[in-house]
Order: sequence, then C-alpha cells, then structure tokens
Amino acid sequence: MENNATKTAKKLGLVAIAMFGFGYLMVPIYNVFCEYTGINGKTGQIAQSQVSVDDVDPNRLVTVEFDTNVNPALPWKFRAVQFKQEVRPGEIAEALFIVENESDKSVVGQAIPSVAPEQASLFFNKTECFCFINQVLAPGEKKEMIVRFVVDSDLPEKISTMTLSYTFFKALSENDVVSNVKHETTKKNNG
Amino acid sequence: MSEAVLHDDHHDHKPTGIGRWLFSTNHKDIGTMYLVFALIMFFVGGAMSMVIRAELFQPGMQYVDPQFYNSMVTVHALVMIFGALMPAGVGLANWMIPMMIGAPDMALPRMNNMSFWILPFAATLLISTFFMQGGAPAGGWTMYPPLILQLGDGLPYLVFAVHFLGVSSIMGAINIIATVFNMRAPGMTFMRLPLFVWTWIITAFLLIASMPVLAGAVTMLLTDKYFGTAFFDAAGGGDPLMFQHIFWFFGHPEVYILVLPAFGVISQIIPTFSRKPLFGYTSMVYATASIAFLSFFVWAHHMFTVGMPLTGELFFMYATMSIAVPTGVKIFNWMATMWKGSMTFETPMLFAIGVLFMFSIGGFSGLMMGITPVDFQYHDTYFIVAHFHYVIVPGIIFGLMGGIYFWLPKWTGNMYDEKLGKLHFWCSTISVNILFFPMHFIGLAGMPRRIPDYNVQFADWNVIISLGGVAFGLSQLILVWVVIKCVRGGEKAGDQVWEGAHGLEWTLPSPPPFHTFTTPPEVTDATAHS
Repeated sequence: MENNATKTAKKLGLVAIAMFGFGYLMVPIYNVFCEYTGINGKTGQIAQSQVSVDDVDPNRLVTVEFDTNVNPALPWKFRAVQFKQEVRPGEIAEALFIVENESDKSVVGQAIPSVAPEQASLFFNKTECFCFINQVLAPGEKKEMIVRFVVDSDLPEKISTMTLSYTFFKALSENDVVSNVKHETTKKNNG
Repeated sequence: MSEAVLHDDHHDHKPTGIGRWLFSTNHKDIGTMYLVFALIMFFVGGAMSMVIRAELFQPGMQYVDPQFYNSMVTVHALVMIFGALMPAGVGLANWMIPMMIGAPDMALPRMNNMSFWILPFAATLLISTFFMQGGAPAGGWTMYPPLILQLGDGLPYLVFAVHFLGVSSIMGAINIIATVFNMRAPGMTFMRLPLFVWTWIITAFLLIASMPVLAGAVTMLLTDKYFGTAFFDAAGGGDPLMFQHIFWFFGHPEVYILVLPAFGVISQIIPTFSRKPLFGYTSMVYATASIAFLSFFVWAHHMFTVGMPLTGELFFMYATMSIAVPTGVKIFNWMATMWKGSMTFETPMLFAIGVLFMFSIGGFSGLMMGITPVDFQYHDTYFIVAHFHYVIVPGIIFGLMGGIYFWLPKWTGNMYDEKLGKLHFWCSTISVNILFFPMHFIGLAGMPRRIPDYNVQFADWNVIISLGGVAFGLSQLILVWVVIKCVRGGEKAGDQVWEGAHGLEWTLPSPPPFHTFTTPPEVTDATAHS
C-alpha cells in the first residue's frame, strides 16, 4: 500500500513539473500564435524573392505613416526622414530613419516594430529592416537606417492608412557593449 | 465495528507538548492546524478589508495614503485566497477524507506535515513586505507587469511566498490523490465515494495542473526584474499582455480550486438535513469534472478589454457560458435533493441553503460579465468586486463554515451552541448582503475598483457598504466564540451526531480516537455515501 502511494505521488510530481514547463512553453506558443494571426501588431518578414511584381495594384495608393519612439533608458535620438509615404500595394517601398547616439558611450539598441490598425499588420511584410538585428552606435555616432517593406495587395479595401511604429530600447548593458566594440576594433586593426 | 473501536482506543497514545504539533504526522492534528491557520489568516485579511472600508467610508482621502491603500487591496486578496480559503479547504480534506474512505491516515503523512508547516513561513514572507523599502505589493493580486515590477525590495519576497504557497498546495493535492487512489477501504469503489471526496480529487488535479503555471509566471517576473530576461518587457521583444494569458490560465482553474471543496461540503450537508440521498450522484460527479475541464478554456474572459480579435472574444464568451450548464446541473440537483425531503434547519443546513441562494447571485452576475459586449461596461468596476465577493464570501466561505458546524461535534465530541450558530448565520447573511449587494449598483454607475477616492455621487452607498462590512466582521467573532465554547465542552454528541447523516465518518465515536480505521471497515451499499 505504502509503495503504491509513493508511486502515485511520484507520477503526480512529474505532472506538476511538466506543468511548470508548460508555463514556459506558453511563451513561444504565444509568439508563434501572434505572428501567425497578426494579433498584437506583430508584422511579418518575407524574403525579397517572395515578392512578385504581378501582384502590384497600380490603381491603389495606401498611406503608410511612420512613428518613432525611444525608451527613456536609451540616450538616443530617433526620427523618420519622411513622416509618411504613399505606396502601391504589392510594390517594394523604402523608408529611411535617422538615429543618433547622444551619449559618450557605445550603446546597443533594439527597435521593436508594431503596426496599427491591427488588421493591417497581417498584410505588412518587411524584406529588410534595421529592427531585425541589434544596432550598435559609437559615442556621438549618427546613422541612417533603412526598412524595405511590401504592403500586400490583399489588404482590405477599407484600410487606406496604416501606421508603422518603432520603439528603440536599450538592448544590453554598457559593459557588454564596450567589450564587444573593443573586440571588433582589434579585429579591424589586425585586418 | 465496535471491536475495531476498542482496539483503537487501546492504542490511543497522543504525543504531548509542542512536539505533537510540530512533528505531527496525524491527519486529524494537521487538519486542525490547517483550520486554525486559515481562521487566523481570515482575520488578518479581514482586518485589511476594514482598512479599505474605513478609507472608502467617505469620499476624499481620510486615513491612509493611496500606495498603502493599494497594498491593502492586494495583500487582502492574497491572504484571503492563499492563506484562508485554500488552507481551510485542505484542512477539511485532511480531517475528513481518511475518515470518509476508511483509511487510517493520509498516504504520505510526513509530506502532509511539510505541506502545512510551509504555510506559516510563506505567510510571514508575504506580510514582512510591509516593513520593507518600497512597501508591500500594491499592483493588485493579479501581479500584472510592468506595474508589479515597480515594487521595491518586496518583489522577491512576494514571488517566493507565492512559490512556497504553491508548493504547499501541490504537495497537499498529491497527498489527497495518493490517499484516495490507494487507501480506500474494501468495497469503497469510486462511485461510492462521498461527494466531498470527489470534489477534492478533482480540485487536487486542478491544483497540480495550474499552480505550477503560476509558479512559472512569477518566476518570469523575478527574472525580468533581476536577471535581465524580457518575458514581459517590450524592450527585449517580450509582451506584458502575455503575463495576463499565463496568469489567467492558472487564475481561472484557481476559482474552481476554491469553490469545488465548498460544493463538496454542501453536497454532504443538504442530503443529511433533507433526510434523502443526494439527487443525481453520478451527474454530480460528471458535472464537477466538466466544470474543472472547461475551466482551462475560459481564461481570456478576464481580459475581454485588452483588444483581442473578435473571434477570440466570441470563443471565450461561449466557452464561459457553457460552464453555466454543469453548474446549473449541480444547483438543480441540490434543489431536487431537498424536494419533498423532511427538512430541518440546523446551522449547517442554513449555511448550505445560504450558499445556494447567494452563490447563484454571484453566478448570475458572472454570466452577465461573460457576455463580451457588456463586459466593457463592467470591467474593473465595483460590479466585478460585487461578483467575486458574492461567489467567495456567501458562496465558498459559507460552504466551509457550514462544514465546520457540520463536523465540529464529530471533531470535538460536543454539540456546538445551536442558538449561537443560528445567530452567527443570520448576522452574517444580513450583513454580507448589506456589504456586497450595493456594490452592484455603484459598479454599474461606474465606480472603479482599486481607487482610494471616489466621486461624491457614490458616497451614500459606500457608507452603507462600510457599515455592512463592519457588521460582517464583528459577526465572525460569534464563530470564534462558538468554536471555543464547543471545544471546551457542551452537550455530548453521539457517534451519529445528525439523524440523517450517512457515511463512514459517522460510524466512528465522537470525538474519534487519535488513530482510526487501523483495520479497514467493509463498505457495502448501506454504509456508502448518503
């Protein structure tokens, strides 16, 4: 009897541990689900080769507005060169952004995109974006950054304007960055 | 039977002194400790609600600053849920389950000791945050980031308190399942188990499945704050909304973890005082299991206003509505049990009928909020405060108190004072409605929850609510008085205690000897569930 009880308890203990793991598993599930359904303004990423020119809708223009924000923890200035742009659905468009490090230290930043209205995010795909990777800026450095995107021609008719919003956040601690930059400089010198 | 009892009496050696309690592996002693702990926490949490009601007695700021007010709201909820309700349910389970299934003790008595003794330490961790830099948690018991991450030194204490409380209840749950699955007396088949045991099996599975998810969520909060992860931090690509999904994946089953044991208790009480077997025993078991199963698919009805897509809102609305079906089955079964029964209205029965009436009020306001479009009006107003207090106080707490009156003569060997018991019931019932019913009105009128000040238009109702609150708080002192009086003496209770009671626990003497059913009893249809 005692042994059976211990066995049951052990099995149930494993279930409890598995459920603890499941809690963490919900994180990737959540992200995949949001990307797949476009919920939460998460935008898609496609390769340039996936863009076909046949889909271009020459009779339609959609306004894309650009919104830029910087998290207070990041000592950067960040703005769009153009605040809005008219694009043809199906055509690759480009937008330029300017970012400047106002501090006297190297800082790594990461931009997080979001598209509004939510329904539009399913039809907004980027082929190239500065938000795909961390951006490192040396002290006082000013940099131009590009995003190439396609608005899908299946975009519902009722949407004529959409907003692409970026927020730059600080990515790593300063110490990490300094050592990374030093490492790169040494490599350059060697080369 | 009597032979077995004599045999038990002979070996009835109790350990003495403080060691009896510290090192106890006896399910009856541990059950008592759980119940006493729950009662103390009930008054600690109750004292905090008195601070809240004092502040809200009049519009404007009176006694406390907003930060402390928010701490009161947050810790009141945590103390009541994890400190009072859950331990009270586990305490009843400890006392009654071995006696109901004819087992000598719980399956894992040492683990049982540990599950209990973790609790006082966890509660101390939680309450100690009041004396720390940054104060006690004030972001609501749901601990939503990023707000909760602004808490000062108290955050790790909050997280570890939740961990410990979770570990304690998971161990308790494992113990209950191990006991029921392995230690039933011969002839005690699953479909002969008293319904209280059934509701606890299902509750235990809910605990094992959902508490670890909460533990994971609060661990993520901790690593977000101190170890540079970004689960809920948009800066690192995380999402604060995800916390709400993970939290309520635990939070909704938690609602049923609290309520199912109380349902189990009244499923024992109503047949006893109706002198009829429980109507629809099998459907009760399946209804309880369906409620538990469905509870994992309705979590997002707590977050209708976050901006979910329409399909999501519809799914969670219909899933929520569907829970009303098995719950309705239970309510109608209880009513059918009373139908044409020869009913008497002793205190436990009064509490059980009170649950039927007032839990249903809370159930119906829950349905109202389950309707997505109207929930936008109710969300985060006093209407939700009214709803969950109706299901928790006159629903769950009345159920548990009914259980205490029902089994107190069995535990102590003395009848409690019936007059005082009835006084306790009527004072509580009248005051609880004065306390919570007007919250529906001010909620519909737009008074937000978790705010220490309010528009003067709500002033009159808030005076009435506060008075109801004080009256309800004072009424609970009657319970303490009844329990103390009953423990110290009174009219002797027979083995049977209640005329209409059925089940193995009533075949034991009152009070039961320290060790019971060391020789398992034979269970037949005659001695099975009521």
